[in-house]
Amino acid sequence: MKLKANRVTLFLMVIPFVILVFLFNYIPLFGWLYAFYDYKPGIPLSQTEFVGLKFFRWAIEEKEDLLRVLTNTLALSFLSILASPLSAIFAILLNELNSKRFRKVVQTLTTLPNFISWIIVYSLATFMFSSGGLLNEVLMKLHLIEEPTTILGNSGATWWFQTAITVWKSLGWGAIIYLAAIAGIDTELYDAAKVDGAGRFQRILAITVPGIMPTFFVLLLLNIASVLSNGASGFEQNFVFYNSQVGDKIEALDYYVYRVGIATGDVSFGTAIGIAKTLVSVILLFSMNALSKRVRGHSVF
Amino acid sequence: MKRDSSIWFDIVNYTIQALFTLLCVYPFYYIFIYSISDPQQALKGVFLLPTGFTIVNYTHIFRLDNMIHSFFISLLRTVIGTVVTIACSSWLAYAVTKNELYFRKTIYRFVVITMYFNAGLIPWYITMKQLGLKNNFMLYILPVAVVAYYVVLLKTFIEQLPQALEESAMMDGAGFFKIFTHVIFPLSMPIIATIAVFASVGQWNTWYDNYFLVSDDRLQTLQLILYNYLTDAQRIVSSSNLQDLNRGLATKISPDSIRITVTMVVTIPVLLVYPFLQRFFVKGLMLGAIKG
Repeated sequence: MKLKANRVTLFLMVIPFVILVFLFNYIPLFGWLYAFYDYKPGIPLSQTEFVGLKFFRWAIEEKEDLLRVLTNTLALSFLSILASPLSAIFAILLNELNSKRFRKVVQTLTTLPNFISWIIVYSLATFMFSSGGLLNEVLMKLHLIEEPTTILGNSGATWWFQTAITVWKSLGWGAIIYLAAIAGIDTELYDAAKVDGAGRFQRILAITVPGIMPTFFVLLLLNIASVLSNGASGFEQNFVFYNSQVGDKIEALDYYVYRVGIATGDVSFGTAIGIAKTLVSVILLFSMNALSKRVRGHSVF
Repeated sequence: MKRDSSIWFDIVNYTIQALFTLLCVYPFYYIFIYSISDPQQALKGVFLLPTGFTIVNYTHIFRLDNMIHSFFISLLRTVIGTVVTIACSSWLAYAVTKNELYFRKTIYRFVVITMYFNAGLIPWYITMKQLGLKNNFMLYILPVAVVAYYVVLLKTFIEQLPQALEESAMMDGAGFFKIFTHVIFPLSMPIIATIAVFASVGQWNTWYDNYFLVSDDRLQTLQLILYNYLTDAQRIVSSSNLQDLNRGLATKISPDSIRITVTMVVTIPVLLVYPFLQRFFVKGLMLGAIKG
């Protein structure tokens, strides 16, 4: 009897939290309806016209905009995927340090950028790289350049520069998970290799690298699944570094949705693009998971 | 045993690490020395050491519009938000480890699924408006009360705690909630500390909810104030406050000094809190990673 009452209480005490999850994660899905109506802000949805897939077709017809935005999104994602082995390499190098203290200092200081907001990153970047910034000051004083460089406003360098910023922010943090993987490798393997006369490089290549491969693979698949979001913080990075000179090269999908949907007020069109993006991302995620199952025998989630 | 290549490897390795570490630290060091430099001398360039030490920048940015108020809003959302997130997420995580919970699996899945999709910016914006969270302090707290990722980490941790402790508490007649507050929660401190770091840093750094949903100046966070000062040059130059500040001051404050000092003020809490808590989350994260 007591247990039954206990179970009911337990259930009742969980309900409010399930409701919170429902409110903030599931209710917004009903907002997808806006994509199928010709919605104008201010008029209730019930009084607007149902237009079916009009806005999805529209998105395809607006080829130029969408192509440009997709190119940027994929380019930024591709470059960051290309840079993803850097964290693994960094972790291997960290692991090879003999001095524990030095290693700890390096690890603490290089994970720091991960914990500051994109607005602060933007602020730091401005002070370092703007036309009157530190970099130009130093280069001018050394007479290496005559005119100040403008990295923040240089559309040719945007993709590379944004990738470099992402690497700066996330490299040390990304290494933590690999260090965990390295720590999980059986130390007997290293000892055995040493006895067999394997040098440092040989040990790294024959033991450490294969040891972290599964981790690398999982993270790679997750990266591929989120290509359309160009990274976890895609929108924020996009938003703070956006300016009119680099707009053509920096504007990615999430920013585009924001621009048409909220800044311009084209709610239905913006929602339609958002839906398409989410659907493709979810499909990618599940295909990557299935791929992982087939290749490695177990799934990512 | 050691080969010659090992020495070279060490040299190259230490150099690379040192350089990258420097690259990560220098920007923070730069804004620090700039912020304690004399504003007029700083305009000519600061590089390794502050020029003309002064705290005038700090004493004066807090006289700018809204600065102190926003600082407290940021602080408040960080403290309340973190406490609420931990309380709600950990209780739910504990509940879903209990076989006695009706619909246990369904509830857990219901929460976990939210990790893999979100409705998108515009539906989110509309929903928040409909829930009456526009210009409402609760908009900083309620949406993150239950975070799926934290629930997963907490559940994984709680599951590996020894069952016997709970059973003996139950023998003594404790209910689920009492067991949670008196046994499970105190035992979960490693993972709670980890999540406290994530949640508080997240709260301190988040600005887009503020940007999209708040038009009331009294709810503005420090991050957004900084963003406005960075992007809106006019705001700083024509700010009547700045002119008032400069009137009768020996050293005139420059817009750059203001921006840099605000950046420093927004960064300081992270700099202070983070190094001390690092060992917790490295451990906690690895605990979470075991299950993958």
